[in-house]
Amino acid sequence: MLRLPPFSYHRPATLDEAVSLLGEHAGDVLPVAGGTDLIPNMKHRLFEPGHLVALRGIAELSGIRRENGCLRIGAAETLASVARDADVKKHVPSLADAAAHVAGPQIRNAATLGGNLCLETRCTYYNQTAFWRGALGYCLKKDGTVCHVTKVGKKCVAAHSADTPPVLMTLDAVAVLEGPRGRREIPVRDFFVADGIANTRRETGEIVIEVRIPLESSSRRAAYAKLRQRNAIDFPLLTVAVSVDLEDDGSTVRSITGVVTALGSRPRELSGWGEVAEGHALDEDVVWELAERAYKQCHPLENIIVDPDWRRAMVPVYVRRALEKLRA
Amino acid sequence: MAKSQSDFHFIGKPQRKIEGLEKSSGRALYADDIRLPGMLHGKILRSPYPHARIVSIDTSAAEALEGVHGVVTGRDMPTTYGIIPWTPDEYPLALDRVRYVGDGVAAVAAVDEDTAIRALDLIRVEYEELPAFPDPVSALRADGSTPYVHDAEKEGRNGNVTKHVHMEFGDVDGLMETSEVVVEGEYFFEGTTHTPIEPHCAIGLWQPDGSRRDGLGEPTRDERGDGTGADSGPRTGSGKLTVWSATQVPHYLHRELARVLDVDPARVRVIQPLVGGAFGGKSEPFDLEFCVAKLAMKTGRPVKILYTREEVFYAHRGRHPFHMRYRTGCDTGGRLKSVDAEIVLDGGAYASFGLVTTYYSGQLLCAPYAMPAYRFDSTRVYTNKPACGPKRGHGSVQPRFAFEVQMDKLAERVGLDPVDMRRINFIGENTRTVNELRITSNGFLECLDAVERASGWRDKFRKLPFGRGVGVAGSTYISGTNYPIYPNRMPQSAVQMQIDRSGRVAVFSGASEIGQGCDSVVAYVAAEELGVPLEHVRVYRGDTDFTPVDLGAYSSRVTFMLGNAAIQAARKLRQMVQQAVAEEWDVKPGEVLLAGGRAMWAPDTERQMSTREAFNLAEAKFGTLGARGWYDTPKDVHGDYRGGTIGASPAYSFTAHVAEVEVDVETGFVDVKKIWVAHDCGRALNPVLVEGQMEGSAYMGFAEALMEEQVFKDTDHGRAGLHDGPSLLDYRIPTSMDTPELESLIIESIDPEGPYGAKEAGEGPLHPSIPAIANAIYDAVGVRMDRLPFSPPAVWREIQAARGAGTLRKPPC
Repeated sequence: MLRLPPFSYHRPATLDEAVSLLGEHAGDVLPVAGGTDLIPNMKHRLFEPGHLVALRGIAELSGIRRENGCLRIGAAETLASVARDADVKKHVPSLADAAAHVAGPQIRNAATLGGNLCLETRCTYYNQTAFWRGALGYCLKKDGTVCHVTKVGKKCVAAHSADTPPVLMTLDAVAVLEGPRGRREIPVRDFFVADGIANTRRETGEIVIEVRIPLESSSRRAAYAKLRQRNAIDFPLLTVAVSVDLEDDGSTVRSITGVVTALGSRPRELSGWGEVAEGHALDEDVVWELAERAYKQCHPLENIIVDPDWRRAMVPVYVRRALEKLRA
Repeated sequence: MAKSQSDFHFIGKPQRKIEGLEKSSGRALYADDIRLPGMLHGKILRSPYPHARIVSIDTSAAEALEGVHGVVTGRDMPTTYGIIPWTPDEYPLALDRVRYVGDGVAAVAAVDEDTAIRALDLIRVEYEELPAFPDPVSALRADGSTPYVHDAEKEGRNGNVTKHVHMEFGDVDGLMETSEVVVEGEYFFEGTTHTPIEPHCAIGLWQPDGSRRDGLGEPTRDERGDGTGADSGPRTGSGKLTVWSATQVPHYLHRELARVLDVDPARVRVIQPLVGGAFGGKSEPFDLEFCVAKLAMKTGRPVKILYTREEVFYAHRGRHPFHMRYRTGCDTGGRLKSVDAEIVLDGGAYASFGLVTTYYSGQLLCAPYAMPAYRFDSTRVYTNKPACGPKRGHGSVQPRFAFEVQMDKLAERVGLDPVDMRRINFIGENTRTVNELRITSNGFLECLDAVERASGWRDKFRKLPFGRGVGVAGSTYISGTNYPIYPNRMPQSAVQMQIDRSGRVAVFSGASEIGQGCDSVVAYVAAEELGVPLEHVRVYRGDTDFTPVDLGAYSSRVTFMLGNAAIQAARKLRQMVQQAVAEEWDVKPGEVLLAGGRAMWAPDTERQMSTREAFNLAEAKFGTLGARGWYDTPKDVHGDYRGGTIGASPAYSFTAHVAEVEVDVETGFVDVKKIWVAHDCGRALNPVLVEGQMEGSAYMGFAEALMEEQVFKDTDHGRAGLHDGPSLLDYRIPTSMDTPELESLIIESIDPEGPYGAKEAGEGPLHPSIPAIANAIYDAVGVRMDRLPFSPPAVWREIQAARGAGTLRKPPC
């Protein structure tokens, strides 16, 4: 079995305590919620913090409830509880669907929504043991100077691989963060940056404390489709989240959004969809045209070891399959 | 005459596994559960290069680290070993050259694993990198201008060739020429590994001379290596070495430990705890077993090493990648005339079982179909990757895939239903194959009938809508080998059995329980023959100090050989009990029945006593009661040619599968809906265990068909020879959510040589899964999958090509 590097484990009871612990040990500390991603990464010696601050015991980070026109989900709620929560299933079923597609039951019982939002990017040259990475000669993202995917350039292209963020983007969700400089809100749409090394706007010492989804999104039709080789466990090879607002006639598209991920370092919002669909019914021709636009915009890399040509060819297929769910 | 089912009390009836509750409740002890007083933990430093010369190793800093008790390198064990006596090409730790990323270089024993890991970082190894041979093409092309993976035995030869076998039976070229239909195909079987849930683990204990402890006491100060003489190394004739290991071959481990470490085999003890899966991946000695032993000798303290999952991928010995070319000819009626095969086996860095694999790649193909002429030319090549070896269905799963797809192609060409195609080529029972293997019992036709009927074949083949299809395939496999790995004339398997006045039966079994149920099988035999309840039978197994020699759990030999040995021992005891009871009752011994915990008089079963009372009478009459039973294979049954002993088995099992699939032509996903598995196991000693083996085998074949691939990076992707992803996240095996419905159909041909008529069931039923799925994909969408695995990208590419060529359609009837 791989061994964990040594660390001190802190269990704050309050958010203030957590933020100050993160400040106190700055540079040598990481927050941990479910740990389903961080612990394997630590075993791989991708992170060796001297301190871990546990978020699971903090009351402010739990609970799923409707308040102020929003569905508010505490960041430490597990993916299992998000997937089975009655309000989530009723108002934002595509989020329940995405959460239920993460890994397997044991992992969903521990993994949290906040953790999924902040999931470390993944790459075939990065998510490996210390021995393996040493034999490789390391990579740009950790301990090395070369990107083995692009072979040129100084930009890490590790893949954003989380299931729920694309759905949260289509639902206009907002992430709430607490840090040494107080509280701030970032729309999930703006939460990610195209940098495989650190792909979110969360700053060191900040904690995602909750996610708010405007309840007006619940009239929106949204759907989610995930490409993976096994029916459980696997990280996505591609995910597609789509949403559509219809006019009062119940068929004409007022607005439409599509987000794909597991290609580059951040989820990609598909462009040019409005001009294709808005003012039209979501008929077969429109669906095919939207899928074609998606295809043209997506260029999978070999950051995941599965055939990039096939993954690209699957973009329009999964876009269509997600849109078909909306039409159903 | 064979007994009918109603003659048995235990045999043939569903029984629990005797260690089942222990395992399912978490109480079972595996190697890593064992903790000895004063035990140290070891780690092995591994090569980051696929091919390099070791210039120097400096272990001084590691040795100086607090908590480190000992370091060993290749120099401490400079003796080669290998499971096949003719090809010893491995050192416990590399001596002067490393041959794959992961090759062991040095090992450390420290107070805990974390300290051992820190110590590995302090070992300085200077390497001189050598050009690597990442694949068999480059390895075969080698001209000696750079060092071969192994130096050539003779000047001018290519050292990268482990073994070349060329055999020809009958007039291959002549019959091919006169064949009305000839199909030629190129096939590729990607390498796969075993993925047992339990990683390899071993513990070494060294007791210097004079120690009277039995392996569990606190070591004395003198033995600890902190004062007097503990570092003096092994001395023949002094001390005792005990190694616990998650192995499936305690006997071979015993031999190799003694030889490599220069300890008298009489002073070596190997203990095999329960094993958490093996599948062929633990069937030869590994570096950790030598390292724990040597480190224990050096430090005077027990040492444990547990592989990480990554190390299990490097230890490997899994299925060889096979590059295969087949030509198969038949007449217009579909009767096979000639088969011609050319195979290149990608062996990895060491020989392992490779010599046998090379023979098996050709030898095991000659049933269940009659073929008048057959030739194979197989070459096993060294490459700078983890060594390949035996995996469930050793050496014959790959050619079986190619051959059964060839059969499907031929059937289509001659316009035969592929089930009928297989029927008309049936080789029959009590016959010889073209390569002179002796076939006795053979239930293959019944297997075909069973899967044809159960699957609804006649209503489905070529009749399901586009996208859905069915495929059939057959196969055969050995029930053990007539000849052991090292030549000797001693028994292959044995038990000692004793009964006493308590009414209890104790069986000392040499066999290796790796989850297949061999402990249970001997218990069923003892209960059947001696009439005691199952819970009165204790099976003691896996300790070379007090169990007789059995050669190990491989080549599907255990139930066949151990079962026969157990029957022999139990019947000797039964006769003594019958005689003692008969004397007491003044009746004939043959009239005394033993069943249900009672001894009864056959003519009047009201006259009875408990088996305990019966055992008392026997003990009084004969003294302490014990019996030996052993089995050895027929030694005169094999092909009369060089290599003709390889593949010779006392009996052969037969299997047929039908698979039904649905292919998503947009994505390339193949959804296997169901596999019907019919297997002739001779007699099902416990049908539940047989079904478990059939389902497990079919699952493993399904997994290899759709997902599994042990593959490596190339120079365009990081570093050539680096494993693609040595973890269970990246090396995908199907989860329960991916696994198709499996229906087991047991066929019993009652083999004349097998115990109660039984033959193997643990490996044969893997083979047809793969070609049956390939043939079903063709029936579904008209696309031939001649390369494994049938992963979505691979299937999608073939579908794209077929779409372009206009052949993406339901094949014509």
